[in-house]
Amino acid sequence: MNLIQWATSPWGQQVPIHIAWSLIWVAAIAGLLFLVVHALYVSIWAKKPAHAESSTSGLSAAAIAQIPERVPRHSLSARLFHAIMALSMLTLLFTAFLPKVGVQISNWVTYHWIAGIVLSISVLYHIFDAFWFQDFWSIWPDKIDIDDAGNRVKRALGQDAPAPRKFAKYPLENKLYHLAVMCAGLSVIVTGLFMMKRVRTPFFERNPYLFGDMTWGWMYVLHGLAGVGFVALVITHIYMAVRPEKFFITKSMIFGWMSRENYLGHHDPRRWPVQGEPPSAAPAESKKAPA
Amino acid sequence: MAVIHDVIPAFELFQPTSVDDALALQSRHGSKAWVLAGGLDSFDWFKDRIKRPEVVIDLSQVKELRGVRQSGDGLEIGAMTTLTEVVHHPMIREKFSILPFAAEAAASPQIRNQGTIGGNVSQDARCWYYRGGWPCYRAGGNICYADTPTGLNREHAILDANRCVAVNPSDTAPALIALDAKMVVRTPKGERVVDAENYFIGPATDITRMTILQPGDLLTAIRIPSTWAGADFYFEKVRDRAVWDFALVNVAAAMTVSGGTIQKIRLAANGVAAHPVHLTAVEAAVVGKPRNEETAEMAGQIAIRGAEPLQYNGFKVPLLRNLVKRAIRGGPSQA
Repeated sequence: MNLIQWATSPWGQQVPIHIAWSLIWVAAIAGLLFLVVHALYVSIWAKKPAHAESSTSGLSAAAIAQIPERVPRHSLSARLFHAIMALSMLTLLFTAFLPKVGVQISNWVTYHWIAGIVLSISVLYHIFDAFWFQDFWSIWPDKIDIDDAGNRVKRALGQDAPAPRKFAKYPLENKLYHLAVMCAGLSVIVTGLFMMKRVRTPFFERNPYLFGDMTWGWMYVLHGLAGVGFVALVITHIYMAVRPEKFFITKSMIFGWMSRENYLGHHDPRRWPVQGEPPSAAPAESKKAPA
Repeated sequence: MAVIHDVIPAFELFQPTSVDDALALQSRHGSKAWVLAGGLDSFDWFKDRIKRPEVVIDLSQVKELRGVRQSGDGLEIGAMTTLTEVVHHPMIREKFSILPFAAEAAASPQIRNQGTIGGNVSQDARCWYYRGGWPCYRAGGNICYADTPTGLNREHAILDANRCVAVNPSDTAPALIALDAKMVVRTPKGERVVDAENYFIGPATDITRMTILQPGDLLTAIRIPSTWAGADFYFEKVRDRAVWDFALVNVAAAMTVSGGTIQKIRLAANGVAAHPVHLTAVEAAVVGKPRNEETAEMAGQIAIRGAEPLQYNGFKVPLLRNLVKRAIRGGPSQA
């Protein structure tokens, strides 16, 4: 199976023109396969996660008492960003791929680039917001995450390994997902903005000669690969969002908070302190107030 | 230098004798199959080796696709009826004279003897970049070579361009829209009847196709209701060579006029967009107005609203305007 569609340019050059559209199905099937395998793994083989310490170990009674019933997790602006990004992303995916699988959408290119502009602006806002007003590093995997992931794998394989610690604000899978979305998102945004030079929009004067055929071709390929990557990523994201054991995280993205019980049950207050009063047993990972 | 090929690449030829057989073949071979009507469009593709189908389904032996018959209060024209038959058919000439007039404007007598009305409305774009086999949008690529600063686009679109600027070349299409014709399409799921104007699709919807036909679908007939029988018709085609050429712009109108006032009208133009353009705004503006120079002038101005000429086809804007004016005013090319 060809991953890339090639063509001969008027100058006799073999140039890539876009991805093979069958990759849409590959991505969709891969996403669904992950869903099935993960669901089977969790329900049949996976053991209840063990943590190195109990939910409140290392915390003083006074510190625990200071933790509110509703632990703030996502600010209103972060939640609005997430909603706008999700809507624009779904619009982008539907307008991009439904016509490729035979569903006719009139003027899909216009809807597509409008959604692309919305996504680009929201991502710019997100970068600015995350850098200046949120705890920027809280979403990046750190050494503790990597060590604990190794320990989890060893324990899953029946080997001896220390019990992993609880998560900071974001579980490792959240962080890895964010990383994948960031890579794919920046790819589609950067290539998409250049591709807007090829179509009529109110923003740019059309210039199909901005790049050579080869550069344009690879740009379309990268846009397409990142796009089909999003098909799989969105399927896994929606699946994870509705899983019962993760649903409290989903709810926190809607309402902005999680319960004290979930906070203490799944997160390490030393790595993600709330209401100040970080316990003294380990250095706090987060430097700023929670978003 | 032009590349000259000796023979058409080999394909498996099927000649079904019924619509059901043709559909079964299409269903069996899917997108590998090419449906051949008169062959005037197809053989160009094959000879140039731009399209290389593995299977060709020749409809020439399907008798039920041929001929003109009474259908309800109107007519039904089989999709494989030749343009010459349409031109000379007495019933069509009597009731819907615009259609023979438009059909006769297509190509040459030899081509009209072989070419079918179904093929004429379903033919592909004639943009030479696309026909030359370049990987343009319409061919599945990512550029329109005609819509570049150096592109030759004298014959291309001034309306509704969306990445691709090719135009629909059919002469009978605007006449059928003016007559409010219905296209009968057989699909694997059954029969579907669509308005003529909805049979054609532009690049904004699907850049690789000119009509709604998907692999496995077959245009079997065109039904013309009696609504416009005997109306005032107008068809005019402007082309570079009067003997044989595609339209630069053509316009077709059917109207009823009472006491010098336009009562009802349907108006369509082709050669200006990737699909025949049903000029509904013009229709709405002229109904109830006297059929005179002033109304014609207004109609012409409305028709060109939104026109975006390319480098070399600016002349199409006044051309469309004037043809619409003449259609409203009436004139020498009245069908």
